[in-house]
Amino acid sequence: MSTTETSTKVVLGGTRGGPDVATLRQDRWWIQPVITVSILTAFVIYSTWAAFQNRYYYVGANVGRDLISPFYSPCLASDCVPGAKAGFAFNGWALSPALLILIFPLGFRLTCYYYRRSYYRAFWWSPPACAVSDAHSSYSGETRFPLIMQNMHRYFFYAGLVFNTLLTYDAVRAFRQPGLGYGVTVGTIVLSVNAVLLWAYSLSCHACRHLCGGGVKSFKAHPIRYRFWKLLTPLNAKHMNLAWASLVFVALTDVYVRLVASGALTDYKLF
Amino acid sequence: MAEVTMRVWRGDANGGDFENYTVAQNEGEVVLDVIHRIQATEAPDLACRWNCKAGKCGSCAAEVNGKPRLMCMTRLDTLPEGPVTVTPMKTFPIIRDLVTDVSFNFAQAEKVPALLPPPMPENGYVMFQEDVQRGQEFRKCIECFMCQDVCHVIRDHEGNKQHYAGPRFFIRYAELEMHPLDTNDRRDLIREEMGLGYCNITKCCTEVCPEHIKITDNAIIPLKERVVDAHYDPVAWLGRKIRRKTKRSASDATVQPAP
Amino acid sequence: MTYEHHDYDVLIIGAGGAGLRAAIEAKQRGLKVGIVTKSLLGKAHTVMAEGGMAAAMGNVYPEDNWMVHFRDTMRGGKYLNNNRMAELHAKESPARVLELEQWGALFDRTKDGKILQRDFGGHRYARLAHVGDRTGLELIRTLQQKVVSMGTDVFMECKILKLVHDANGKVAGCVAYRRPTGEFVTFGAKAVILATGGAGKSWKFTSNSWEGTGDGHAMALWAGAKLIDMECIQFHPTGMVWPLSVRGLLVTEGVRGDGGVLRNSEGKRFMFNYVAPMFRDETAESEEEADKWYDDHTAGRRPPELLPRDEVARAINAEVKAGRGTPHGGVYLDIATRRSPEFIRRRLPSMYHQFMELAGVDITTEAMEIGPTCHYIMGGVQVVADTAATAAPGLFAAGEVAGGMHGANRLGGNSLSDLVVFGKRAGAGAAEYIEAGDLAGPMNQDEIDAAIAEALAPFERESGENPYDIQRDLQEMMQANVGIIRTQSELDDAKVQLENFTERVKNIKVKGGRAYNPGWNLATDLPAMITVCKAVTIGASLRKESRGGHTREDFPSADPEFGKFNFAHSTNGGDWDSEIVTEESPLLPMPDELKALLEEAK
Repeated sequence: MSTTETSTKVVLGGTRGGPDVATLRQDRWWIQPVITVSILTAFVIYSTWAAFQNRYYYVGANVGRDLISPFYSPCLASDCVPGAKAGFAFNGWALSPALLILIFPLGFRLTCYYYRRSYYRAFWWSPPACAVSDAHSSYSGETRFPLIMQNMHRYFFYAGLVFNTLLTYDAVRAFRQPGLGYGVTVGTIVLSVNAVLLWAYSLSCHACRHLCGGGVKSFKAHPIRYRFWKLLTPLNAKHMNLAWASLVFVALTDVYVRLVASGALTDYKLF
Repeated sequence: MAEVTMRVWRGDANGGDFENYTVAQNEGEVVLDVIHRIQATEAPDLACRWNCKAGKCGSCAAEVNGKPRLMCMTRLDTLPEGPVTVTPMKTFPIIRDLVTDVSFNFAQAEKVPALLPPPMPENGYVMFQEDVQRGQEFRKCIECFMCQDVCHVIRDHEGNKQHYAGPRFFIRYAELEMHPLDTNDRRDLIREEMGLGYCNITKCCTEVCPEHIKITDNAIIPLKERVVDAHYDPVAWLGRKIRRKTKRSASDATVQPAP
Repeated sequence: MTYEHHDYDVLIIGAGGAGLRAAIEAKQRGLKVGIVTKSLLGKAHTVMAEGGMAAAMGNVYPEDNWMVHFRDTMRGGKYLNNNRMAELHAKESPARVLELEQWGALFDRTKDGKILQRDFGGHRYARLAHVGDRTGLELIRTLQQKVVSMGTDVFMECKILKLVHDANGKVAGCVAYRRPTGEFVTFGAKAVILATGGAGKSWKFTSNSWEGTGDGHAMALWAGAKLIDMECIQFHPTGMVWPLSVRGLLVTEGVRGDGGVLRNSEGKRFMFNYVAPMFRDETAESEEEADKWYDDHTAGRRPPELLPRDEVARAINAEVKAGRGTPHGGVYLDIATRRSPEFIRRRLPSMYHQFMELAGVDITTEAMEIGPTCHYIMGGVQVVADTAATAAPGLFAAGEVAGGMHGANRLGGNSLSDLVVFGKRAGAGAAEYIEAGDLAGPMNQDEIDAAIAEALAPFERESGENPYDIQRDLQEMMQANVGIIRTQSELDDAKVQLENFTERVKNIKVKGGRAYNPGWNLATDLPAMITVCKAVTIGASLRKESRGGHTREDFPSADPEFGKFNFAHSTNGGDWDSEIVTEESPLLPMPDELKALLEEAK
């Protein structure tokens, strides 16, 4: 009759309490997924369209400007418009030069911890909202291909840093207006804000926070990495806001360059 | 005196249903107050688990209007008009009424390889505030298990309970991995047996945490990054090879008894 | 009737700080250990402790040492303490705090990496090791994780009904029931350690949870042990007073330790008017002097807000009685005007959330309304200091359920260290008792059957009273008659009423089944609650003086004659309603070297 408890076992299949319904939530939990779907879909449609345009991505010396759309920088195809072309070119690339490079920023955002949260919820409904049933009957999370590739996030982060550097270079170069000297236009401000937002988004990244200092066991033993970590931590808390802001602004930057390049708008010179 | 209608789940493993109770409600009262009033008047056998009634012990977790909440910290005047629905936590098997069998969590707790510090100096360890504060955030956990309850990995997929530790234990692992004195390495264990990869960081655990622990940002993602360090990062792998750092696995570590 | 049975070397009743620490000790000595708890593991009342654990480590003030701590404890206890317990506690608590870090605790740190210590009432130096304002949680989680890593058997949600003897009257085990199923279970044990905590749930305004029903006190009494100092109940000066639903909820003394002050409705810091002669030499006389002290303890004397809890609670009571209370019948605890919002949120995070979420009060901008709340029972099972052994062979007690350590009033922070110091000693004491042999034989079946029959009786009655009604009436009666200020006529009335309550408990009717039935659980709690209330009331009525946690309106000052003994209660018969017999139990004689420490201080 005498027994002793051994280790606690995980017992599967116990009867659960409560009614068998997807959720008992009464609030409007579906608003967030709807907003996420709307913005991301709009961005994907616009950016795909813009990437395939293969024109109006550069405002050049003919109007005394040097503005390049972030979707097309660096412009690596041999038939890039003059002035936009980077030092290196792929000969014989017949498609839009945007398609050569967009995989990197796209990959960075696709594997970003914040965007993952958002699209798993809004697009995959896994789950659509907290305490609302998953739309799928089986679930293996990020343990298998292809989703195990999410672990490559830090490589896209590194690539993102290269792009941020290039776009920063573009923004700085834009202040030098061919034939007119240095000046500040709406376009230079747009490109600068875009670069700043992209830097902020990249630096607030969780992988960045880990690589800069989060990965150490003892901060005391690594004072410089601790200082970085302390700087990045409040920024990381704003990663969501920066993800949205930089996403929307990069599209707006392309819109602006496109409007100016197509002649629909004049890039107003401020001083 | 104001009144409130409570729709409370009554039942056990053999089934159950909602029962409505209309009871008095005083200013400033929380859900647990009216549940107690129901017990004291209409239904003395209404089962509900509670202890401190101050948000410190985490016993009275249940689902209020469909969301995991501590009944003792949910003021009725913050809820919308109309009947208040109270159900037991969905992820765990029901015992009776609002009480569930949370032994899943105690089973997980037994699997955690303990802290393995070096021998203690006579006057105690020297640790610095910047090194203890990360762990201190996770040690605020009151084990209400609402993060476990809301986590869809096990809430909606019962079978995953076999190979998934859940957010509460990810913060425990993070605490140990970030502990300045710890010499165990649990990264293999976390990836292979605790199912960190099942988490798709949808952040519901963070949303429901009554202690406002940033479970996802400060524990789960840093753990994922640590697993990347150990398994998915060739650069880090090369670095380790060059510096001849041998990687200790968690299974080795568990053999070493903690002092 | 068939039921589960388990055998252990050491059975520990209660899984709070003392129980878990005892388990670790017994386990480390190679014994087979079982822990039984009424709740889930890790939910014990220890989590409610906020401010810290007192240990004279001298990390902040190197002048601090065990001798000063001993003296503070004795003075705080108004010299009614078991001086050997106070001595062991003061000497051993630093080691008990340090070892927690080996098991994973993370205390707040000093700049040079040592454990930071904070100021608390009655402690001469900053002495409380702490983690923000959730030190109890840190303690219990650390011990819990250690116990789990050692592979200890824990029986959760299992309520002990009664201790059971062998044929010769030694404690041989106990009978319990499992709450989830309502099924009975018996435990045979070579030694039983009681670590059941307190008894405050019998008062209306209390910081205690439903668990604080005094089961351990009552079971020990029924099993043949003695209870002492039961009249000494600590009313914590700062409990929430509003909203009513959280009245009594604790507000940590850390608020005052970190600079908070008490004000009446006129905005005056009234504590300066309530400094007892005993503390006058070391207490500031003006606000200026008191404020200097927070930064440098040598620049001024202590603020009167940091007097021992009994003094502060009585002062608040007097202010409210004099009509200078707040709208909800408390006084103001103000830290908002004295410290920055960042400081408050960092040092007192759970207080910030507690007031924000439950009362809608932002403590960084507004004052808190607070008043005394029943918090802790100094009295408890009389034990041998070194081994925690009680008068009942085979039975040990540690933590709040044990008496003597704190005398007539406990200093804040001394309870957490009490748990680990005497938890360890109880584990060791039980182990040594087992090693010495001469153990109990099999449990007496008649006792088991009687306990089970008694537990089931409320189901079998055709009609009867709702246990919740009895509990509510009991709480109201104890609050009114045996509350913070007591007087003979009310105590006499309480004694009569407690006899009525005894009869009412014998007529309880429980509805529903046995599985997780809170009404039934309460029905099984009530005999213990009433037993404890009786002992408290008897002690309070006999102690015709005011001392520490026992204040008599009709005898407002301390009487040296009453300072020479404890009132010790035992029972004639061992049934829950058996008559309680009370005697004067002389205090442990104090060795000269300890006397010298107290003399020096004067």
